[in-house]
Amino acid sequence: MSTDGSLSAGGQAEPDARAAIPGFRVARSTRMHLYVLVVSLIIVVSLVSVPFWAQVGTTRTLITLFGLIALAQMWNLLAGFAGLISVGQQAYIGIGAYGVWLFADEFHLHPFIAVAAAGALAAIIALPIAPLLFRLRGGYFAIGTWVFAEVIRITVSNIQATGGGSGKTIVSAALLPIDTRIYGTYWVGLGVAVGSILIVYLLLRSKVGLALTAIRDNDLAAQSSGVNVFRSKLIVYVVAAFGCSAMGAVVALNLLRIQPAASFSVNWTAFAIFIVVIGGLGSIEGPILGAVLYFVLQQTLSQYGSTYFLLLGLLAVIMATKVPRGLWGLVVARWDLHLFPVRRGLVMSEPSAPPGQAAAVAKEPGPTAKPA
Amino acid sequence: MTADTKRSTVVLETEGLKKSFGGVQVIDDLTLQLHEGEALGIVGPNGAGKTTLFNLISGVHRPDEGRVVFKDRDITHLSRQNRCRQGIGRTFQIPKPFADMSVFENVLVCATYARGAGERASYQRCVETLELTRLTGLANKQAGKLTLLNRKRLELARALAGDPSVLLLDEIAGGLTEVEVEELILTIRELHAEGYSIIWIEHIVHALLATVDRIYAISFGRKLIDGDPSEVMCSDEVQACYMGGTPI
Ligand SMILES: Nc1ncnc2c1ncn2[C@@H]1O[C@H](COP(=O)(O)OP(=O)(O)O)[C@@H](O)[C@H]1O
Ligand SMILES: [Mg+2]
Repeated sequence: MSTDGSLSAGGQAEPDARAAIPGFRVARSTRMHLYVLVVSLIIVVSLVSVPFWAQVGTTRTLITLFGLIALAQMWNLLAGFAGLISVGQQAYIGIGAYGVWLFADEFHLHPFIAVAAAGALAAIIALPIAPLLFRLRGGYFAIGTWVFAEVIRITVSNIQATGGGSGKTIVSAALLPIDTRIYGTYWVGLGVAVGSILIVYLLLRSKVGLALTAIRDNDLAAQSSGVNVFRSKLIVYVVAAFGCSAMGAVVALNLLRIQPAASFSVNWTAFAIFIVVIGGLGSIEGPILGAVLYFVLQQTLSQYGSTYFLLLGLLAVIMATKVPRGLWGLVVARWDLHLFPVRRGLVMSEPSAPPGQAAAVAKEPGPTAKPA
Repeated sequence: MTADTKRSTVVLETEGLKKSFGGVQVIDDLTLQLHEGEALGIVGPNGAGKTTLFNLISGVHRPDEGRVVFKDRDITHLSRQNRCRQGIGRTFQIPKPFADMSVFENVLVCATYARGAGERASYQRCVETLELTRLTGLANKQAGKLTLLNRKRLELARALAGDPSVLLLDEIAGGLTEVEVEELILTIRELHAEGYSIIWIEHIVHALLATVDRIYAISFGRKLIDGDPSEVMCSDEVQACYMGGTPI
């Protein structure tokens, strides 16, 4: 190539940095993640065993927690990674509730199988809806999602076949043997909660996760780096529809009743926002932490009625203004702790110390650089 | 060298680009050609529209009029990500790192998505890019915690990781110390020698003089003059433009 030597500032020959690329490997997890895995398995196994020793009331209450975890994971996936601020996820929760009734009572699927079918139905509905909503920017997107949810709610309220405004009882589920129904719903609910965490984890760990975290951090730079933002957002929107629908189906099985005002209530999204704001946006851990916290608050304080809601509102405002990254954000800022191994650490076989680069910096360990 | 570039093919071209923001004509009938393997410097006072030109080429903004042609293909209406995938890599004057991702992950995003490659298949490319931009030692550092110099290096690394045929560099030497600028010059010269086509917007004139084949001067969104680097910088037009009150 024609590099004009006479214009050279340095004059000396430059070293070819590409001549010797040192050996390296990419660490996806650390030893800590092994412990996390073991602890997670212990927690999940304990939760699976709950129906064998706890009271029926406990399993029913825990289903509420599972619903909150799934809901929060899905809302965080939308808002925290894809920047999609939805206030209309109740559309898919309602679709899940009505879907489980439709597939179980009308199409005679087993009620627990119907949960998956309801999820799939929501995903199919979300596919054509997403491109329409994505045309709306920022606040308009939020309004669009809410309008969509309202349109579905009003439509369902006015269809005689779905019981109009008073809704339906899920007869096939009510007719199941009581143990099968209560324990089965509990395990399906646990499955939906664990599944929602798992799917977000697998998404983030994959190549799609690279795109999502990039979009989360800087939308424009992601696009200019070749990331197909539309496709990434579409994946997220459809997955969230599936997850919210499955969650709505479980809640419906737990209550045995579906009703437009309750199933399509905007409160669902309000809970999700509260949980994610408290727990921390843009991580897997945040929504879990937030859901557990919210659940505890709900169990201990809901007897105080409106004071309880005032407290929740106040807490949300304080967190949003003072701790915008939520409680988990504080943990990350303090300890750089990432319980889920979704990151990629570069480990060089022989630390390279290029000229002008302080050797001390080269040894500085990264979040996931410690060898597993 | 000038004869050389005239014979070679045009890789990137803008034709009569116009862009206004709120009634202010920021880019006014700008026509520019970049040849295969050429390093082109762009100078102009602050607010001349240099960054806007990059935004039009990379698809951040759409022009009001005119065309952007890349490898004989009209890309005026192509999306940002597709322009990147076609082979236009850019840096941002104000760095836009993926702040909560590591330096390595930042580069990996571009190495996979800009090249349409798998993640594992991109690791090698990332390591090479980090070596070249002297960021290897910081690979696992959170990008949001980098110093200005390293943020600029990361901008370059990300653009490079996508294996572009055209590199758009927007003031990547601004704010660096003299030693750091010298280091950067070596890197750019190396890239130029490897055959990248480069457009470098820069205020640090000696850095441009040491690297580019040609300089194109812009003022108020219009072409002032272009040609041999030292001749352009010494020309009456450029001198008048800078002496006329607007500092470099
Ligand atoms: N997105 C935008 N909206 C409104 N005005 C803009 C925008 N981008 C650039 N401008 C204006 O266009 C002019 C040229 O800006 P810019 O291209 O950044 O100049 P340069 O890079 O040459 O310093 C400036 O007056 C700037 O304020
Ligand atoms: Mg600029």
